[in-house]
Amino acid sequence: MSKFGKGEKRGMPALNTSSLPDLIFTILFFFMIVTTMREVTLMVEFRVPKGTEIEKMTKKSLVSYIYVGKPTREWRARIGSGTQIQLNDKFASLYEVQDYVYQEREAMKEIDKPFMKVSLKVDKDTRMGIVTDIKQELRKAYALNINYSAEGRN
Amino acid sequence: MGKRSVPELNSSSTADISFILLIFFLTTTSMDTDKGLARRLPPPPEDNMEQEDTKVKERNVLQVRINAMDELMIGSDMADVSEIRARAKEFIDNPENLPNLPDKSPREIDLLGTVYITDRHVISLQSDRGTSYSKYFEVQNELVAAYNELRDELARRKFGKPYLQLSEEQALAVRSYYPMKISEAEPKNYGNK
Repeated sequence: MSKFGKGEKRGMPALNTSSLPDLIFTILFFFMIVTTMREVTLMVEFRVPKGTEIEKMTKKSLVSYIYVGKPTREWRARIGSGTQIQLNDKFASLYEVQDYVYQEREAMKEIDKPFMKVSLKVDKDTRMGIVTDIKQELRKAYALNINYSAEGRN
Repeated sequence: MGKRSVPELNSSSTADISFILLIFFLTTTSMDTDKGLARRLPPPPEDNMEQEDTKVKERNVLQVRINAMDELMIGSDMADVSEIRARAKEFIDNPENLPNLPDKSPREIDLLGTVYITDRHVISLQSDRGTSYSKYFEVQNELVAAYNELRDELARRKFGKPYLQLSEEQALAVRSYYPMKISEAEPKNYGNK
Protein backbone atom coordinates (compact mmCIF):
# COMPACT_ATOMS: atom_id res chain seq x y z
CA MET A 1 0.00 0.00 0.00
CA SER A 2 2.23 2.54 1.31
CA LYS A 3 4.90 3.68 -0.97
CA PHE A 4 7.22 3.83 1.88
CA GLY A 5 8.64 1.03 3.86
CA LYS A 6 8.80 -1.45 1.13
CA GLY A 7 11.73 -2.78 -0.64
CA GLU A 8 15.02 -3.01 1.19
CA LYS A 9 15.63 -1.11 4.37
CA ARG A 10 16.87 2.40 3.91
CA GLY A 11 19.71 2.30 6.36
CA MET A 12 22.04 5.18 6.96
CA PRO A 13 25.05 4.84 4.71
CA ALA A 14 28.13 4.14 6.76
CA LEU A 15 30.14 7.26 7.40
CA ASN A 16 33.38 7.17 5.54
CA THR A 17 36.08 7.30 8.18
CA SER A 18 39.01 6.59 5.94
CA SER A 19 40.33 10.14 6.38
CA LEU A 20 40.20 9.98 10.14
CA PRO A 21 43.76 8.68 10.52
CA ASP A 22 45.05 11.51 8.36
CA LEU A 23 43.23 13.98 10.52
CA ILE A 24 44.68 12.57 13.69
CA PHE A 25 48.12 12.47 12.16
CA THR A 26 47.84 16.14 11.36
CA ILE A 27 47.04 16.93 14.96
CA LEU A 28 49.87 14.67 16.04
CA PHE A 29 52.37 16.48 13.86
CA PHE A 30 51.11 19.81 15.12
CA PHE A 31 51.79 18.78 18.68
CA MET A 32 55.15 17.28 17.80
CA ILE A 33 56.23 20.58 16.33
CA VAL A 34 54.94 23.10 18.83
CA THR A 35 55.75 21.24 22.00
CA THR A 36 59.02 20.28 23.53
CA MET A 37 59.93 17.17 25.41
CA ARG A 38 59.73 17.54 29.11
CA GLU A 39 63.32 17.12 30.20
CA VAL A 40 62.87 16.74 33.88
CA THR A 41 60.16 15.57 36.16
CA LEU A 42 59.48 18.39 38.51
CA MET A 43 60.05 17.63 42.12
CA VAL A 44 59.36 21.12 43.36
CA GLU A 45 56.26 23.18 43.01
CA PHE A 46 56.62 26.68 41.79
CA ARG A 47 54.47 29.43 40.46
CA VAL A 48 56.56 32.01 38.70
CA PRO A 49 55.83 35.68 39.27
CA LYS A 50 53.98 37.80 36.76
CA GLY A 51 55.58 40.66 34.92
CA THR A 52 54.90 43.07 32.12
CA GLU A 53 58.33 43.49 30.59
CA ILE A 54 59.15 39.89 29.90
CA GLU A 55 60.72 38.62 26.75
CA LYS A 56 60.58 35.28 25.09
CA MET A 57 63.64 33.14 25.44
CA THR A 58 65.13 32.04 22.20
CA LYS A 59 67.21 28.96 21.50
CA LYS A 60 66.26 26.31 23.96
CA SER A 61 69.57 24.52 23.51
CA LEU A 62 71.41 27.34 25.24
CA VAL A 63 69.29 27.31 28.33
CA SER A 64 69.83 25.44 31.56
CA TYR A 65 67.22 25.42 34.23
CA ILE A 66 67.33 25.79 37.96
CA TYR A 67 64.12 25.17 39.80
CA VAL A 68 63.52 26.54 43.25
CA GLY A 69 60.44 25.92 45.30
CA LYS A 70 58.77 23.74 47.85
CA PRO A 71 58.86 19.97 47.27
CA THR A 72 55.82 18.34 45.75
CA ARG A 73 53.50 16.43 47.98
CA GLU A 74 55.07 13.00 47.62
CA TRP A 75 58.47 14.40 48.53
CA ARG A 76 57.27 16.54 51.34
CA ALA A 77 56.83 13.56 53.62
CA ARG A 78 60.42 12.53 53.13
CA ILE A 79 62.38 15.73 53.15
CA GLY A 80 60.08 18.26 54.69
CA SER A 81 58.51 21.31 53.16
CA GLY A 82 61.48 23.65 53.16
CA THR A 83 62.47 25.39 49.96
CA GLN A 84 64.62 23.17 47.76
CA ILE A 85 66.75 23.59 44.69
CA GLN A 86 66.25 21.13 41.89
CA LEU A 87 68.89 20.53 39.27
CA ASN A 88 68.12 17.99 36.56
CA ASP A 89 66.24 15.19 38.24
CA LYS A 90 67.31 15.54 41.82
CA PHE A 91 67.36 17.89 44.73
CA ALA A 92 70.65 19.62 45.11
CA SER A 93 72.43 21.74 47.61
CA LEU A 94 73.76 25.16 46.88
CA TYR A 95 77.28 23.86 46.37
CA GLU A 96 76.21 21.70 43.46
CA VAL A 97 75.07 24.68 41.44
CA GLN A 98 78.55 25.46 40.17
CA ASP A 99 79.19 21.86 39.15
CA TYR A 100 75.87 21.77 37.41
CA VAL A 101 76.74 24.86 35.40
CA TYR A 102 80.10 23.41 34.40
CA GLN A 103 78.47 20.16 33.36
CA GLU A 104 75.83 21.91 31.31
CA ARG A 105 78.45 24.04 29.69
CA GLU A 106 80.59 21.01 28.86
CA ALA A 107 77.65 19.47 27.07
CA MET A 108 77.31 22.46 24.78
CA LYS A 109 78.89 23.10 21.45
CA GLU A 110 82.03 25.17 21.62
CA ILE A 111 80.58 28.14 19.81
CA ASP A 112 77.51 28.18 22.00
CA LYS A 113 79.34 28.24 25.30
CA PRO A 114 79.64 32.02 25.71
CA PHE A 115 75.92 32.39 25.12
CA MET A 116 74.86 30.03 27.82
CA LYS A 117 71.80 31.14 29.73
CA VAL A 118 70.44 30.03 33.02
CA SER A 119 66.76 30.26 33.58
CA LEU A 120 65.75 30.61 37.19
CA LYS A 121 62.35 29.15 37.74
CA VAL A 122 61.69 30.34 41.21
CA ASP A 123 58.50 30.19 43.18
CA LYS A 124 57.24 33.64 43.99
CA ASP A 125 57.00 32.97 47.70
CA THR A 126 60.65 32.08 47.98
CA ARG A 127 62.83 34.26 50.19
CA MET A 128 65.50 36.25 48.39
CA GLY A 129 68.25 34.73 50.51
CA ILE A 130 68.37 31.49 48.58
CA VAL A 131 67.98 33.28 45.26
CA THR A 132 70.89 35.57 46.04
CA ASP A 133 73.00 32.60 47.08
CA ILE A 134 72.27 30.92 43.76
CA LYS A 135 73.11 34.10 41.94
CA GLN A 136 76.44 34.32 43.72
CA GLU A 137 77.20 30.71 42.77
CA LEU A 138 76.30 31.46 39.18
CA ARG A 139 78.62 34.42 39.20
CA LYS A 140 81.44 32.23 40.44
CA ALA A 141 80.72 29.79 37.66
CA TYR A 142 80.69 32.62 35.12
CA ALA A 143 77.13 31.91 34.11
CA LEU A 144 76.23 35.54 33.88
CA ASN A 145 73.27 35.52 31.58
CA ILE A 146 70.32 34.76 33.70
CA ASN A 147 66.65 34.93 33.17
CA TYR A 148 64.02 35.27 35.84
CA SER A 149 61.28 33.07 34.51
CA ALA A 150 57.91 34.77 34.60
CA GLU A 151 54.45 34.85 33.18
CA GLY A 152 52.88 37.61 31.22
CA ARG A 153 50.48 40.06 32.76
CA ASN A 154 48.58 42.94 31.28
CA MET B 1 43.65 -15.62 -16.85
CA GLY B 2 41.38 -14.63 -14.06
CA LYS B 3 42.47 -11.53 -12.21
CA ARG B 4 43.03 -12.28 -8.57
CA SER B 5 41.46 -9.58 -6.54
CA VAL B 6 43.63 -8.33 -3.73
CA PRO B 7 41.59 -7.92 -0.57
CA GLU B 8 41.68 -4.40 0.75
CA LEU B 9 43.74 -3.92 3.82
CA ASN B 10 41.63 -3.14 6.80
CA SER B 11 42.87 0.22 7.96
CA SER B 12 40.21 1.08 10.45
CA SER B 13 42.65 0.72 13.33
CA THR B 14 45.08 3.32 11.99
CA ALA B 15 42.99 5.97 13.63
CA ASP B 16 43.33 4.26 16.96
CA ILE B 17 47.06 3.88 16.55
CA SER B 18 47.50 7.53 15.73
CA PHE B 19 45.29 8.45 18.65
CA ILE B 20 47.59 6.54 20.94
CA LEU B 21 50.59 8.35 19.48
CA LEU B 22 48.82 11.66 19.88
CA ILE B 23 48.04 11.00 23.51
CA PHE B 24 51.60 9.92 24.13
CA PHE B 25 52.91 13.21 22.79
CA LEU B 26 50.33 15.20 24.65
CA THR B 27 51.42 13.74 27.95
CA THR B 28 55.18 13.71 27.53
CA THR B 29 55.66 17.14 26.05
CA SER B 30 54.93 20.54 27.40
CA MET B 31 54.00 23.61 25.53
CA ASP B 32 55.37 26.13 27.96
CA THR B 33 57.31 28.72 26.10
CA ASP B 34 59.88 30.02 28.41
CA LYS B 35 59.49 33.69 29.09
CA GLY B 36 61.13 35.88 31.60
CA LEU B 37 63.12 38.90 32.53
CA ALA B 38 66.64 38.64 31.17
CA ARG B 39 69.39 40.09 33.31
CA ARG B 40 73.13 40.00 33.29
CA LEU B 41 75.10 39.39 36.45
CA PRO B 42 78.37 41.15 37.10
CA PRO B 43 81.47 38.93 36.90
CA PRO B 44 82.69 37.55 40.20
CA PRO B 45 84.99 39.74 42.26
CA GLU B 46 88.62 38.72 41.97
CA ASP B 47 89.99 37.33 45.19
CA ASN B 48 93.52 38.62 44.92
CA MET B 49 92.41 42.04 43.89
CA GLU B 50 91.29 44.52 46.47
CA GLN B 51 87.76 45.19 45.51
CA GLU B 52 88.00 48.50 43.90
CA ASP B 53 84.92 50.55 44.30
CA THR B 54 84.38 52.51 41.21
CA LYS B 55 83.78 55.93 42.55
CA VAL B 56 80.31 57.00 41.73
CA LYS B 57 79.06 60.37 42.68
CA GLU B 58 76.13 60.40 44.96
CA ARG B 59 73.89 62.15 42.51
CA ASN B 60 74.44 59.35 40.04
CA VAL B 61 73.09 56.60 42.23
CA LEU B 62 69.51 55.72 42.88
CA GLN B 63 69.29 53.37 45.81
CA VAL B 64 66.33 51.05 45.84
CA ARG B 65 66.16 48.90 48.91
CA ILE B 66 63.67 46.25 49.89
CA ASN B 67 63.66 45.00 53.43
CA ALA B 68 62.54 41.70 54.90
CA MET B 69 59.03 43.00 55.36
CA ASP B 70 58.84 43.74 51.63
CA GLU B 71 58.91 47.45 52.34
CA LEU B 72 60.49 49.64 49.80
CA MET B 73 62.83 52.55 50.03
CA ILE B 74 63.85 54.77 47.16
CA GLY B 75 66.78 56.97 48.00
CA SER B 76 66.05 57.91 51.58
CA ASP B 77 62.30 57.71 51.75
CA MET B 78 59.76 54.95 51.93
CA ALA B 79 57.84 54.39 48.78
CA ASP B 80 55.36 52.15 47.08
CA VAL B 81 56.00 49.88 44.12
CA SER B 82 53.77 52.04 41.95
CA GLU B 83 56.06 55.02 42.47
CA ILE B 84 59.22 53.33 41.26
CA ARG B 85 58.58 53.65 37.60
CA ALA B 86 58.07 57.40 37.66
CA ARG B 87 60.97 57.95 40.05
CA ALA B 88 63.29 55.79 37.97
CA LYS B 89 62.28 57.52 34.76
CA GLU B 90 62.91 60.92 36.23
CA PHE B 91 66.23 59.72 37.58
CA ILE B 92 67.42 58.15 34.33
CA ASP B 93 66.32 60.94 32.08
CA ASN B 94 66.93 63.99 34.26
CA PRO B 95 64.95 66.13 31.84
CA GLU B 96 65.51 69.44 33.59
CA ASN B 97 69.15 68.83 34.32
CA LEU B 98 68.68 69.14 38.05
CA PRO B 99 71.80 69.12 40.20
CA ASN B 100 70.61 66.30 42.43
CA LEU B 101 69.93 63.94 39.54
CA PRO B 102 72.62 62.27 37.38
CA ASP B 103 74.96 64.54 35.49
CA LYS B 104 74.88 64.57 31.74
CA SER B 105 77.78 64.21 29.43
CA PRO B 106 78.02 64.58 25.67
CA ARG B 107 78.12 61.41 23.66
CA GLU B 108 78.25 60.80 19.96
CA ILE B 109 75.56 58.37 18.91
CA ASP B 110 74.91 57.29 15.36
CA LEU B 111 71.63 58.59 13.96
CA LEU B 112 71.13 60.87 16.94
CA GLY B 113 74.22 63.02 16.69
CA THR B 114 75.84 64.47 19.78
CA VAL B 115 73.50 64.20 22.71
CA TYR B 116 73.70 64.82 26.42
CA ILE B 117 72.92 61.68 28.28
CA THR B 118 73.17 60.45 31.83
CA ASP B 119 75.47 57.59 31.02
CA ARG B 120 77.01 57.46 34.47
CA HIS B 121 73.85 56.75 36.37
CA VAL B 122 73.40 53.55 38.32
CA ILE B 123 70.30 52.12 39.86
CA SER B 124 71.32 50.01 42.77
CA LEU B 125 68.84 47.42 43.86
CA GLN B 126 69.41 45.95 47.24
CA SER B 127 67.36 43.25 48.85
CA ASP B 128 67.37 41.50 52.15
CA ARG B 129 67.63 37.76 52.59
CA GLY B 130 64.07 37.79 53.85
CA THR B 131 62.60 39.71 50.96
CA SER B 132 60.09 37.72 49.01
CA TYR B 133 60.99 36.87 45.46
CA SER B 134 57.73 38.18 44.09
CA LYS B 135 58.40 41.64 45.53
CA TYR B 136 61.93 41.64 44.22
CA PHE B 137 60.72 40.58 40.81
CA GLU B 138 58.02 43.22 40.81
CA VAL B 139 60.60 45.92 41.50
CA GLN B 140 62.93 44.57 38.82
CA ASN B 141 60.03 44.54 36.44
CA GLU B 142 59.18 48.16 37.21
CA LEU B 143 62.77 49.25 36.69
CA VAL B 144 62.97 47.52 33.34
CA ALA B 145 59.60 49.04 32.50
CA ALA B 146 61.00 52.50 33.23
CA TYR B 147 63.80 51.94 30.75
CA ASN B 148 61.46 50.49 28.17
CA GLU B 149 59.09 53.44 28.45
CA LEU B 150 61.88 55.95 28.09
CA ARG B 151 63.23 54.12 25.08
CA ASP B 152 59.81 53.92 23.56
CA GLU B 153 59.22 57.64 24.05
CA LEU B 154 62.56 58.46 22.48
CA ALA B 155 61.88 56.13 19.57
CA ARG B 156 58.55 57.78 18.89
CA ARG B 157 60.06 61.23 19.16
CA LYS B 158 63.04 60.62 16.92
CA PHE B 159 61.89 57.97 14.51
CA GLY B 160 58.11 58.16 14.78
CA LYS B 161 57.82 54.49 15.57
CA PRO B 162 57.53 52.45 18.75
CA TYR B 163 60.77 50.99 20.02
CA LEU B 164 59.90 47.45 19.07
CA GLN B 165 59.45 48.37 15.41
CA LEU B 166 62.78 50.11 15.01
CA SER B 167 65.45 48.77 12.73
CA GLU B 168 68.57 47.23 14.19
CA GLU B 169 70.66 50.43 14.07
CA GLN B 170 67.88 52.64 15.34
CA ALA B 171 67.27 50.34 18.27
CA LEU B 172 70.98 50.34 19.04
CA ALA B 173 71.03 54.14 19.03
CA VAL B 174 68.07 54.28 21.37
CA ARG B 175 69.65 51.68 23.62
CA SER B 176 72.87 53.63 23.89
CA TYR B 177 70.91 56.77 24.66
CA TYR B 178 69.37 55.02 27.62
CA PRO B 179 71.83 52.32 28.67
CA MET B 180 70.34 49.95 31.20
CA LYS B 181 72.30 50.10 34.41
CA ILE B 182 70.68 48.18 37.16
CA SER B 183 73.22 46.96 39.63
CA GLU B 184 72.29 44.02 41.74
CA ALA B 185 74.27 44.84 44.79
CA GLU B 186 75.80 42.26 47.07
CA PRO B 187 73.15 40.95 49.43
CA LYS B 188 72.82 42.58 52.76
CA ASN B 189 71.42 41.03 55.84
CA TYR B 190 69.66 43.78 57.67
CA GLY B 191 67.74 41.46 59.91
CA ASN B 192 70.53 39.79 61.85
CA LYS B 193 72.58 42.70 62.97
